[in-house]
Amino acid sequence: MYNIMIVGVGGQGSLLASRILGALYTNRGFDVKVSEVHGMSQRGGSVVTYVRAGENIASPIIAPGDADLILGFEQLEALRWAHYLKPGGSLIYSTQEIKPMPVLTGAMEYPADIPVKLEEYNIKKLAVDALTIATRAGSPKAANVVLLGAASVHSGTDISDWETALRETVPPKFLELNLRAFKAGRECAAD
Amino acid sequence: MEKKMLLGNVAVARGLYEAGCRFVSSYPGTPSTEITEHAAKYDEIYAEWAPNEKVAVESSIGAAIGGARSFSAMKHVGLNVAADPIFTASYTGITAGCVIAVADDMGMHSSQNEQDSRHYARAAKLMMLEPADSRECKEFTKLAFELSEKYDTPVLLRLSTRISHSQSVVSLDSRVDVPLKEYKKDISKYVMMPGMAKKRHVVVEEREKKLREFAETCDLNKIEMNDTKIGIIASGIAYQYAREALGDKASYFKLGLIYPLPVESIKKFAAQVDKLYVIEELDDIFETHLKKHGIKVTGKELFSKIGEYSPNTIREKISGGDVHAATAFDAPPRPPALCPGCPHRGIFYVLSKLRLTVYGDIGCYTLGALSPLNAMDITLCMGASVSGIHGMNMAREPEFAKHSVAVIGDSTFIHSGITGLINIVYNQSPSTVIILDNSITGMTGHQQNPATGLTLKNRPAPMLDLEAMCRACGVARIRVCDPYDLKECESIVKEELSIPEPSVIIARRPCALLKSVKRGEPLAVDEEKCIGCGMCMKIGCPAISLTDKKAHIDSALCVGCELCGKLCPKNCIG
Ligand SMILES: Cc1ncc(C[n+]2csc(CCOP(=O)(O)OP(=O)(O)O)c2C)c(N)n1
Repeated sequence: MYNIMIVGVGGQGSLLASRILGALYTNRGFDVKVSEVHGMSQRGGSVVTYVRAGENIASPIIAPGDADLILGFEQLEALRWAHYLKPGGSLIYSTQEIKPMPVLTGAMEYPADIPVKLEEYNIKKLAVDALTIATRAGSPKAANVVLLGAASVHSGTDISDWETALRETVPPKFLELNLRAFKAGRECAAD
Repeated sequence: MEKKMLLGNVAVARGLYEAGCRFVSSYPGTPSTEITEHAAKYDEIYAEWAPNEKVAVESSIGAAIGGARSFSAMKHVGLNVAADPIFTASYTGITAGCVIAVADDMGMHSSQNEQDSRHYARAAKLMMLEPADSRECKEFTKLAFELSEKYDTPVLLRLSTRISHSQSVVSLDSRVDVPLKEYKKDISKYVMMPGMAKKRHVVVEEREKKLREFAETCDLNKIEMNDTKIGIIASGIAYQYAREALGDKASYFKLGLIYPLPVESIKKFAAQVDKLYVIEELDDIFETHLKKHGIKVTGKELFSKIGEYSPNTIREKISGGDVHAATAFDAPPRPPALCPGCPHRGIFYVLSKLRLTVYGDIGCYTLGALSPLNAMDITLCMGASVSGIHGMNMAREPEFAKHSVAVIGDSTFIHSGITGLINIVYNQSPSTVIILDNSITGMTGHQQNPATGLTLKNRPAPMLDLEAMCRACGVARIRVCDPYDLKECESIVKEELSIPEPSVIIARRPCALLKSVKRGEPLAVDEEKCIGCGMCMKIGCPAISLTDKKAHIDSALCVGCELCGKLCPKNCIG
């Protein structure tokens, strides 16, 4: 059983990322369930997508304490959901900051030192400057795939399987960009 | 056989295709929308957006009486709008299969209430099926058509957010060609006036009896015997949660047909287990029914009627714990917000500035209620703004109408605002209605509507002329403004409020997320000149923040709408 969560802000491309993961694990012969968010929260709200792969998956959602891997597309969201990880689980997150409305209006503060706060959790962490890396690869929109590239390093899955999943899922027009973003993400996690 | 990962909703659409469905008419609503969007991709299916759910269902019933397998999908509250035809179609029955899908939203991910649509099955005496994954979404859709024809009744298909919006594997079959059935005039069956309807009610009660017998034997329900200390009765996503939480440590009676219930079979199951639980999200419908038949079950004394469950809820309540998560960080919430460049923002800024009472409605623009705009007082259901402002204005002293407006989106106005406007004119109320025409149905993810000039299948259509529509309702004062032009908006709103007559203001500018809308260059703040006054923060744009007394614009988010610049007293945004 492998439980992955993709957390971020509505509009950051978590649907595509979850579908790439869905294709990846389906191709490997697992039973897979992916739970997506559509509607209201997509308007800039906090969004969580679940991907579960294993022998026989019943629930499409993951309970707190049961996630093996969280991909955080934004720092605050990474922190918000970190407690969903198992002890020893992995958090790979983008250092991008998007301030939520209560912070913008001054009613609340954006938590300072998120990397330090994440130390409270018994988890493995990798912070990635996904926005910069994606921009260099061709578009800031590909930050989601940069994180997938980073996640691929210790995924126990061949790079060719990842590329197949990308080819099956990403619209042809954006495939080259996303393959570049994926490689760049992979490299930043390897060193 | 080809296998594919499909969203529950996409699997329902695939089921429509394979079942030989010919006619689909729906109105969008999360979490049901993708069914109709995907049904439209099949050339073999005629599919359309209707102006509202009542029109959609009436059209589908017409198509089904006319001999074509037909379908409508809606969200839970859409069923309220469509309830009238559904209750009587239960009497008339159909010629060819008619399936109506309704998607509940436990946890209110994207809804204004959390009602349980299972009540309707019982109330309208209609069979209701509930799938628990994408495979069943497809299979149950196909079965629903067969049952509809076998028992001469519309059939309800109940979905929920977690089923509709989860993907799992489905194997694909080919389409069966179901030719048009012959339509025969039969007024005793299809003209529902008292003389005929009295006889049809008898038919309905007889059908109910047959359906109860069918429920006992059908293979839509599945019994899974494991450890017999715990027995579980559940359907849909609640079944999956129970399965996840308890695995082989419980035996399951999984309901696929959720109305009518197989009471006798459940009695037998009850006798085989030590303790029987009913796990149903929202209301205690199964529980009450089973208790009425003397079956001892535990349900809502443990489980809430509020919100959605999870495997953990069930672990906690039934097996007493082993929930083992770290503590959550107390993070500032991230509610949804109007997008950067959203045309609704300009109007709400003006309404907020003028401190008006705003009778709101349902759509992206409901987000205008949130801080810092705080420009909405009331939101109830689709269309309620136009009728509501009338009631409020007529109830209060005349002065009140000078400081109150209704706001309603283009799709919502067409859905159910027009009749309210006719009422305003007919009963001569001094009400002002603002139609926020962003040329699309935004909230549900960009569906075409009668005012956009395109159909669901993206073919050109006559564009409903909103000005002409309002004029035809009898409104003499109709104004149009550009919501990016704050000065114009403010003066028009003030003017219309000062005149005690019905008036409509159409604030027109397409949604900033539409592909046809050109994104402007991101703006930047001249930090030298910025005095940190915070005026630009008043519009609640996610792209603007204020740190250390300087405004900052996030270039990844800004679409260059320039609204913030218009508020800047130092002209330092450009
Ligand atoms: C009876 C009913 N049907 C459907 C919905 C789902 N829904 C909420 S808002 C909306 C449409 C909003 O479109 P529009 O009025 O054009 O406003 P926009 O979101 O574009 O600002 C829909 C279909 C609902 N809440 N109630």
